[in-house]
Amino acid sequence: MNGFGFKLSPSSAINLDKIDRTLFDELCRIEPDALRCMACGSCTATCTASGLSGMSVRKMLLNLQRGKVNETVRMISGCMLCGKCTMVCPRGIKTRRLILTVSRLYKKEEQV
Amino acid sequence: MIYQGKQKIWSDYQKEIPDDKWYYVRSCIRQNFFPASEKMFMEICRNVLGKDIYENEHHTTCGGIAYHCDTIPQETVMTIVARQFALMTEAGYENYVASCITSFGNYTEILETWNEFPELEAKIRELLWKACRKEFKKPKHLAHSSDLIFKFRNEIAEKAKFLLVNKETGEPLKVVEHIGCHYSKMFPSKGVGGAEYPYVLTGMVESWGGNIIDYPERRHCCGYGFRQYHVKANRGYSISNTHKKFESMAPYKPDMIITNCPGCPYFLDRWQYVIAEMEGKTYGQNGFGIPVFTYEEVAGLVLGYDPWDLGLQLHQTAVEPLLDKIGIEYDPEQKYKGLDRKDIMRPELPKTMKCF
Amino acid sequence: MKEIIAIIGGGIAGMEAAAQLLKFGHAPIIIEKGERLGGHVARWNRLFPDLTPAGELIERLTEACKEASIFLNTEVSLVNRLRDGYNIVLSNGITISTKYILMTTGFKMFEASKKEEYGYGIYNNVVTNSDLENWFNGNRDERIDSSSMKTIGFVHCVGSRDEKAGNGQCSKVCCITAIKQAIELKEMYPDAQIYCFYMDLRLFGKKFEDFYTKAQRDHGIHFIRGRVSEVSENIDGKLIVKAEDTLLGKPLKVTLDLLVLMSGMTCNPDSSRLASMISLPTDSDRFLKSEDNITHITSSPKKGVFYAGACTGPKTVPETLAEARSAALDIHFKIQES
Repeated sequence: MNGFGFKLSPSSAINLDKIDRTLFDELCRIEPDALRCMACGSCTATCTASGLSGMSVRKMLLNLQRGKVNETVRMISGCMLCGKCTMVCPRGIKTRRLILTVSRLYKKEEQV
Repeated sequence: MIYQGKQKIWSDYQKEIPDDKWYYVRSCIRQNFFPASEKMFMEICRNVLGKDIYENEHHTTCGGIAYHCDTIPQETVMTIVARQFALMTEAGYENYVASCITSFGNYTEILETWNEFPELEAKIRELLWKACRKEFKKPKHLAHSSDLIFKFRNEIAEKAKFLLVNKETGEPLKVVEHIGCHYSKMFPSKGVGGAEYPYVLTGMVESWGGNIIDYPERRHCCGYGFRQYHVKANRGYSISNTHKKFESMAPYKPDMIITNCPGCPYFLDRWQYVIAEMEGKTYGQNGFGIPVFTYEEVAGLVLGYDPWDLGLQLHQTAVEPLLDKIGIEYDPEQKYKGLDRKDIMRPELPKTMKCF
Repeated sequence: MKEIIAIIGGGIAGMEAAAQLLKFGHAPIIIEKGERLGGHVARWNRLFPDLTPAGELIERLTEACKEASIFLNTEVSLVNRLRDGYNIVLSNGITISTKYILMTTGFKMFEASKKEEYGYGIYNNVVTNSDLENWFNGNRDERIDSSSMKTIGFVHCVGSRDEKAGNGQCSKVCCITAIKQAIELKEMYPDAQIYCFYMDLRLFGKKFEDFYTKAQRDHGIHFIRGRVSEVSENIDGKLIVKAEDTLLGKPLKVTLDLLVLMSGMTCNPDSSRLASMISLPTDSDRFLKSEDNITHITSSPKKGVFYAGACTGPKTVPETLAEARSAALDIHFKIQES
């Protein structure tokens, strides 16, 4: 190949056609609450770890639905399981339990 | 696709294009990239259609490239444009025709700006007077040169020696049309057919026997994008956009691409070679690329001009597959002979994309 | 003698107001330009949030207003201001003299083809909310292919909150209608992935929020915050839509079998025409301007002219019915006063 000094840039666009929903569907079967987030962000605002490690339950749920699994698994490793997000969620989503379930379901995925 | 729906939109975006008496301004770059296109345009206007079209060697760049690269302020561009209008006024013409899409967009934007802010127009008149003692009238009509070929597409079809039809199968050729961004995206009402479904090139292709492909990334930029290409660090964005378009049009197996902008045919043509080198992928048939043309070149082919007189040997992506499909005769021996039959030398051939 | 009230527009506002005025012993006359009563609602299938059949409401209203004089296929040609009332010349040659006019001229649906980038009328599988209701009613629509319903998209705010389209206002009912229609389609095609593209979800009414939660949790409908920027068709004839997932900050695309455009409510040009005849003011959104937007929504600044329903701005069905009753009450008291 010629050394052009530049190359095709990878696109960060999300292609919903190509997202494998199997694991997320499994998550919703175990935790139907995973679908109820309305992206208010109170969980992130109150999170002990968010400012330090970027942890966000809102982002976790959105990222998983957009196929961003690896970075989500990395992100939730910053969670300290304090449960404050569960206290503030206006829809009563059991966020702490969700994080544990996501962690259990998706950990295997990351290693692949 | 519901063709009638497009026809409705096309009927909503009619543009008044004057019949005759045009003042023509050339593009900064087209004569280097597609050397016979502007010459062909003059030839068609004067000798095929018998029109009065005038050009003046004193005109300069419109300033559009510098403006879009963010290197000069708009007042400077406006003063340059005011001088071009002064040349038109001095020559006694009122219909201004630009060869370049970005120029056309630039002129449109400036005229609209003066319309909204007359005090700015007054200031520019003063600046022009101070700089070179010139005065100007604003054009009565502003057109892009593709608007004129569009207007006379049926006259050209009547004189056609060849149509955009596969000579073996008798089927219309599958044509991708690509409109320069600055043609109508900024001012949809100033373009034939508007901005979402422009008709200017589609109309030509339909008149000349081809079929238009409407593929998903049809509206996407060719990839040039001025600052994306000119800054080497951003050049990957330029080719990525072009790559995206080719990936999107590939399933339709287009026979050719027709364009109306200086930069678009250049990047759609040249980047095919670069993509082939980088990715090992070609988009035409049998290892060739998809031939890319300016609308003047296509008009010239349809009218029966010699492909090498149209400068098609300067294309990176070989045009021969298309000439063969239509049945246009050409002498391979003459490909690299200049106008005076002087040898213009043969380029080194790329490894991946076939180019003869 | 019974007092005549000219009700211009035979949609649900006009019908409900006529029913109330009849109860008070007056003589309402409904003037309807279409061939039947019921307006937009009569063409709808089911109503949010309880999925009540629209036909039931129309049937009830038709029964309740049947004693009124009803002119169908009739337009108002001219309204003349008299010293103490109005002369209304109708297209059927009849002239009505009355002290009271109730404007129930409703709204006009935004023409989705004006948003050229969405390809309504150009791409085969793009329909509007109204087309979908028509299909729900059992009418054939060749744009909707029930054998292929794997991915479906809804675009909220088509021609609403869109200054460039000439409609800055929120049409109020589209968010909840999209959710209702998404649920209805999901019930018909449980394996379909359904995406709602929204700018804001405006679920203000009773039980609307419950409906939204239900759509998310029970039906797995995906809500993507971002406005669709353009639609195109691929080689298989499927639609490709582009939007930004603004919560993620990334551009996004998806291939769809069907795209439903939530066309909004715009002012009815008939209202504007009538308004200019008797110098009724219009508001900044071009809908009719009430005497006061808080305390006197159903009153006009002109003596004897009243409003009800969507002629003053986008309204839900219950809001429209409540205004119709309120306007009828206002008119009744005015009659009693004189």
